[in-house]
Amino acid sequence: MSRLGKYTRRAFLGLGVAAAGGLAVGFYFYQKPYANPLDAKKAEGETPFNPYVMIDEDNTITIIAPRAEMGQGVHTTLAALVAEELEVPLEQVVVEHGPSSPAYFNAAMLEESTPFPFYDESVLAELARGSMKIVAKFLGLNMTGGSSSTTDAFVKMREAGYAAKFVLLKAAAEHFGTSEDNLTLADGTITDKASGKSVTYGELASKAAAVSPPSEMKLKKASDWKILGKTQKRVELKDKVTGGRIFGIDVQLPDMLYGTVRMAPRKGVSLKNYDKTATLAIPGVKDVVEIRTITGEGLGVIADNTWAAFKGAEALEVEWDDPLSLQNSDQMWSVLENALTQEATFELGGTGSDAEVFTSIPESEAVSAQYRAPFLAHATMEPMNATAQHDGSTIRVWTGTQAPGLIQSVVSSHFDMDSADINVTTTRLGGGFGRRLEVDFALYAAVIAKATAPNPVKVTWTREEDTQHDTYRPMAIGEFKGQVTPDGTLKTMDMQVASPSIIQSVMPRIFPGISPMGPDNTVLDGAFNQPLDVENIRCQAHVADLQVPIGFWRSVGNSVNGFFHESFMDEAAHKAGKDPLEFRLAHLTSDEFRPAREALKRVAEMSGWGTPLPAGKGRGIAHVLSFGTWTAQVVQVDVTDNTVTIEEVWAVADPGIVLDPGMFKDQIMSGINFGLSQALGQEITWADGKVEQANFDTFDAMRMYQAPKITIELLENSPRMGGAGEPGTPPSTPALANAIFAATGKRIRQMPLSNEIDFI
Amino acid sequence: MYPKIPLTVNGQKQEIEADPEMPLLWALRDIMDIKGPKFGCGIAACGACTVLIDGEAVRSCSQPVGEVEGEITTIEGISQGDELHAVQQAWMKHSVPQCGYCQSGQIMAAVALLEENPDPTDEDISDAMTNLCRCGTYPKIKAAIKDAAQTLGA
Ligand code: FES
Ligand code: FES
Repeated sequence: MSRLGKYTRRAFLGLGVAAAGGLAVGFYFYQKPYANPLDAKKAEGETPFNPYVMIDEDNTITIIAPRAEMGQGVHTTLAALVAEELEVPLEQVVVEHGPSSPAYFNAAMLEESTPFPFYDESVLAELARGSMKIVAKFLGLNMTGGSSSTTDAFVKMREAGYAAKFVLLKAAAEHFGTSEDNLTLADGTITDKASGKSVTYGELASKAAAVSPPSEMKLKKASDWKILGKTQKRVELKDKVTGGRIFGIDVQLPDMLYGTVRMAPRKGVSLKNYDKTATLAIPGVKDVVEIRTITGEGLGVIADNTWAAFKGAEALEVEWDDPLSLQNSDQMWSVLENALTQEATFELGGTGSDAEVFTSIPESEAVSAQYRAPFLAHATMEPMNATAQHDGSTIRVWTGTQAPGLIQSVVSSHFDMDSADINVTTTRLGGGFGRRLEVDFALYAAVIAKATAPNPVKVTWTREEDTQHDTYRPMAIGEFKGQVTPDGTLKTMDMQVASPSIIQSVMPRIFPGISPMGPDNTVLDGAFNQPLDVENIRCQAHVADLQVPIGFWRSVGNSVNGFFHESFMDEAAHKAGKDPLEFRLAHLTSDEFRPAREALKRVAEMSGWGTPLPAGKGRGIAHVLSFGTWTAQVVQVDVTDNTVTIEEVWAVADPGIVLDPGMFKDQIMSGINFGLSQALGQEITWADGKVEQANFDTFDAMRMYQAPKITIELLENSPRMGGAGEPGTPPSTPALANAIFAATGKRIRQMPLSNEIDFI
Repeated sequence: MYPKIPLTVNGQKQEIEADPEMPLLWALRDIMDIKGPKFGCGIAACGACTVLIDGEAVRSCSQPVGEVEGEITTIEGISQGDELHAVQQAWMKHSVPQCGYCQSGQIMAAVALLEENPDPTDEDISDAMTNLCRCGTYPKIKAAIKDAAQTLGA
């Protein structure tokens, strides 16, 4: 199923010693991607050990959740997997992102949570080809994407919990001089039924560490789950309602300085001249340093408070050297328009029908449309920031990152150091959405910290810097054509998408030596891989570089192609004279598309689809399968005086297995509002080689007064486990555009929809 | 070199030395090490930095510290010891936060709203709560405010 699967390190469950007298349960990993029996023997003594569960003598139970917590509840869900098997309530465990003490520090573990876990060229190329899986693994948030890595975590975390329980029970049997059958477990203690005496897990920990781990994993059946499958409280909830110091921007260290950056408009533009006189004259400013890195060039300002650094950066006189030919958005659109007229770069999916089928559609049966989507910034609520410190031979970095291993890799190569000497502490993230998979903010902090050494420096970007130096969601044009036969059947569908390639942009920023090969799925995600029974399908990519750094943005290619594909389905239904729901169902007849059919039917019921609405109101429907989750949505709008109010949204998502329904629905809700936000007016445009938007006044997102009522239901028909964080986003925009069409007869084919109609 | 600025923060009188032009947000975060108010935009457009000055919601990023008149309350100052404020409790009950970054500002804005209008309608809430949440938690914020209003009114 997954290409990543075959590279996943083979792991053996084992035990280790935690803090004095404690127990640690986790996995031994082989270093090599390709483990063979000989390697296994040889490697045994030196395999790194990754603990997932640690039990201290004082009965503190710590669960390691080595994934970025950025709002999706991944720490809670990963902990729940362990707690379920270990028979402890979630409230009784402490969840930590990663190795908290040097004793547990181990690079392999951090690498596990990076998009490119292996530094072998062929593997990277392979990963680049299977980019969707990378995205699924790391943006798809917790148990995502149906990729084997996730399924792997789903099993692995529970196995660690089971193994801990297994050895604790054995230790308890010995302790009481009885058999395991006479023992009961609850809330982190084991009780001997006969004597009524209890012993805590912590008291048993050191004894348990000497017991051999189980050879067979007897995980609980889903029907016996007490924690999984039920809504849990976020483990970090209290911190988040008390203004807790949990984010990267809250890091405070002794003798810390403050800084910010003023970077060239984009990668490829270099630092030519600058005058720092005015900056140094600002009280509190200490120094200005040059930054020349693989992700960009510019200047860093060091001060004794953040505000002085901001003022200092503003006061800099800088001259850039900009050799790039594409300076404004019009030029960029022309490049994409031109790319569409060129031969396709690659194609994916499709029915393999003769090319002629697509060029010989009779005029009367043809439906065609061109759609556009702009660049978008991530606009995470917490602006980019990182704290760094050089202390002799090592560099320490504290930051909210989705990829600590990448930071190690890029920072170490910048300073020509060993990656083991780069120590990354991952804080909670004030939003990620894919932006915090990048390394630029951490790298710049590390460069500035060289100048402040031995003092640490916290480098915070202004919102303007953040908006103007993002790795944007790529802009794209989709040219869609179809044939609707007189009986209302979509017989042929041709999808041509022109866009830059995310992988081609990401790789040189992170692994400059490696040239990505093969098709970048992300260009066509959401178009080529949708459930659709149509006789002739073709899906082709026209890749064109626009000289703008682009990256992973919540739901990635699906955010673009979902809009194109589902808008087009609505247009085809209209051409066929059919109801958009009926039309979709008529083209979803294969057995394997049952989750799509069920999701659509259910969302139709919930929304009262087909029942009459007063004039000026309309409903739109869409379905997108992304990250393994089948998601159908209906949006209802009111259009009065040419102004749209998004009244209500109904969504049905089917991820196969739901580990935490509350958390899952939260993510779908968040994804919907994130998607709708772009329709309301988000757009990154270029003029004179610079991004025109700067702060929330020019790049805003949905506010409370615009937020629709949202009702969500979950289904479990899908045979595989899907993600939660992203699938809510793609169907929201086409469902909205389709609703506006239903209400007004006006078809809007470009994002943001606000360019053609007003929203409240 | 900087003048001394007297402030009352969360009930504590203190004096800081700072450029009077410095936004209150950075005085709180960088000088007083009070990290509850967050930085989001610096131009009063997002509300992440919301604090109360004499009970009224103020975007501290756009408030020069030298011009503060009145008592400052940050999110650190709204609970009574271990007992969270009713708004915070409602936030917990409804599991409002996702990434959580906007939430101290949202909570402070909600505290100010309920102070002024103990029984807000949906529309009152939409009008008063203009803080940005990139995670889109608005429906839950609304529900939590209504819940808190009931608790406080009871
Ligand atoms: S940081 Fe003050 S309103 Fe955004
Ligand atoms: S909870 Fe993330 S921005 Fe509001």
